[in-house]
Amino acid sequence: MLSRTADHLYWMSRYTERAENLARMLQVDTHWALLPREVDELGRSWEATLSMVGQLDAYRERHGEIVADQVIRFLAFDEDNPASIVSNLNLARENARAVRGTLTFDQWEIINSTWLELKMRSFDHLEGEALTGFFEWVKLRSHLSRGATIGTMMRDEGFDFKRIGTFLERADNTARILDVQFLMLAPDGVTSASEADYYRYRALLESVSAFEIYRKVYRDRITPARIAELLILRADMPRSLHRCAEGLSQHLQAVANDHSAETLRQVGELHASLHYTRIDLILEQGLHAFLDDFLERINGLGRRIAQDFLVSVTS
Amino acid sequence: MTMMQSSKSSAAAPAPAYNEMQDDRGQIRQHYRKLNDWLGEMPTERLAQKRADADMLFRRMGITFAVYGENAGAERLIPFDIVPRILTAVEWRRLSRGLTQRVQALNAFLSDIYHEQEILKANRIPPEHVLRNTQYRPEMQDIEVPGDVYAHIAGVDVVRADEGEFFVLEDNLRVPSGVSYMLEDRNVMMRLFPELFARYAVEPVEHYPDILLDNLRSVAPAEVLEPTVVLLTPGAYNSAYFEHAFLAQQMGIELVEGKDLMVRDGFVFMLTTRGPQPVHVIYRRIDDDFLDPLAFRQDSALGVPGLLAAYRAGHVTIANAIGTGVADDKSIYPYVPEMIRFYLDEEPIIHNVPTRILRNPDDLAYTLDHLPELVVKEVHGAGGYGMLIGPKASKGQIERFREQIKANPERYIAQPTLALSTCPTFVEEGVAPRHVDLRPFVLSGRDVHIVPGGLTRVALREGSLVVNSSQGGGTKDTWVLED
Repeated sequence: MLSRTADHLYWMSRYTERAENLARMLQVDTHWALLPREVDELGRSWEATLSMVGQLDAYRERHGEIVADQVIRFLAFDEDNPASIVSNLNLARENARAVRGTLTFDQWEIINSTWLELKMRSFDHLEGEALTGFFEWVKLRSHLSRGATIGTMMRDEGFDFKRIGTFLERADNTARILDVQFLMLAPDGVTSASEADYYRYRALLESVSAFEIYRKVYRDRITPARIAELLILRADMPRSLHRCAEGLSQHLQAVANDHSAETLRQVGELHASLHYTRIDLILEQGLHAFLDDFLERINGLGRRIAQDFLVSVTS
Repeated sequence: MTMMQSSKSSAAAPAPAYNEMQDDRGQIRQHYRKLNDWLGEMPTERLAQKRADADMLFRRMGITFAVYGENAGAERLIPFDIVPRILTAVEWRRLSRGLTQRVQALNAFLSDIYHEQEILKANRIPPEHVLRNTQYRPEMQDIEVPGDVYAHIAGVDVVRADEGEFFVLEDNLRVPSGVSYMLEDRNVMMRLFPELFARYAVEPVEHYPDILLDNLRSVAPAEVLEPTVVLLTPGAYNSAYFEHAFLAQQMGIELVEGKDLMVRDGFVFMLTTRGPQPVHVIYRRIDDDFLDPLAFRQDSALGVPGLLAAYRAGHVTIANAIGTGVADDKSIYPYVPEMIRFYLDEEPIIHNVPTRILRNPDDLAYTLDHLPELVVKEVHGAGGYGMLIGPKASKGQIERFREQIKANPERYIAQPTLALSTCPTFVEEGVAPRHVDLRPFVLSGRDVHIVPGGLTRVALREGSLVVNSSQGGGTKDTWVLED
């Protein structure tokens, strides 16, 4: 497969996944904002979301003060913000268009009609139910896009690079969500949750479609340590760090080439480290430190994947 | 032949255009009867609904073309007319024979021009027309190309005038486009009007990509047993990008950009996730000028450095060959009938439109005297630009053109204003006749193949003769009936 084609497929998946996760975060945030709380705390929460996606400085420069509506607009609809949901969906489509011949008809039609619908929607007075509806829509379109990939695409390298993009982005996003939420909720380390935090933890689980899974797995009340365990270590939890590392490792092995040995070693090591650890060991080390290290390794892998497979090297 | 005989004084009388559905007495021609009945059964609102459905299908499939100049990334639909154009098996057979003959002669001409130049020695074409033509590529002199084929893909524009006789308006031998519309128009028609296909036996066109791939493989360098064919595109921002992606997908070949290819030791490779892989045939959709920055335009970022050298060494086939432009230039066009006689020893089956070459003093004098009735074209113009349609032009426009022609007569040719034939077309006021042309695609490899059909372009504005999509033209599905 052409390196350029692989690159577009990979980024098409990453941008779609990123848009979905951003919609998930914002959905939780807008929901949470409805609960009674201190104005201060509310502001901190939006600030946390902005910094989670690396847009706090960009936002301050553009808008100054943190205002809920403004933040939502900036992160969801602002086409001038390259990190917004709308921009991510545009970029996903642009990458798809560059390799549309490699996509199945179903894949292309879904991503193209997402884009067409996006252009027809008006975001001028989107709030309340309509806003939630938009986030739901973004999630659904991402499900559709992934579903078409899994349901119609030939199991060749193209499929592997699409999945690599999805898992890499999801690993990054889940880790960021965990990091920011836990810093907010338990700045002094994970202890036990208070009543007041219950909704926040529940919202965190819902943001990664993990609330029902949590109930099924633990059949017990929600505690921060179990949330961390579920979202970091459970291999059967589709959005957990462990599952992402496993998926990454599996699809990278499938595309291995002459210079990818070190990349495969690193992803194998990452996978193994998640496979053979325990949540109490992670909490002992400190959740923030652990996630920080994880994010660094994921970013490193991203750079290595680009170098080994996606850049056309003419040597 | 009939042409639009507009007298200079009075307003131009309506042209006696050939109506493909109705004869002079208002009778519906035999092969249009079932369509006419069907149109009669369809309420206008339903036709309008179907047209909206068609637009939606085209949009969802992303069958759009990029528009230059407007806001970057703008994508537009080419209007699609839901009323098919019908040709009988008899009409098609004659047309198809004529096109085969013409393209064979054009390929023979290209081979001759880049080798012995017999036709010039025999004085059948003035040598300076060829050798001083900017489209003549001295780099191609004495290069052997596989199968002696230069124009592997030709899009020949034909029109019907007089009593429905076909005339060739233009040969497109460089990177002709539009075939994806032929295929997608059919696809959409079959989705929207299956009942209509039940009433007619229509020759299929869907196998075009198979034949194209087979032809491309047949012209691979001789020593290659399992050739790798790629399609070279300028990229996603090119106006015909949809077609490039579509054809590559239909043929199951890689769609590459210049930066995906490299030349090493005289061989061409594409850069893949598993390292460089050899490439043997390049179906290029990039103009000669941009193919190789080492040989042609140095500022080209679209091409592949060293490609010409690999080509000259016979390690890769480029389709169409470099330098085919010398045969489809408007100043060479008048000599195509002469090529048919010279190389094939046959009389042309389809005629040219009578053409005056304004570098000839007699033709120039005549043209300047008759500007209001003639069509004057720039030799290197394309897309319907740089063209004067005398009967439709204002006095001012004609005078401006007169000055341009006098300044550079060698840049122009002149033809009578043809009354292009009309086909029933669904427009604002219902179904009405509109002028059409036709671009069939002629594939040359081991053999010559023409898929029965082509791209029919239709001028949607009443009375308009300009069918180019860049100027408000639309497309129609073209049906060739089985015997």
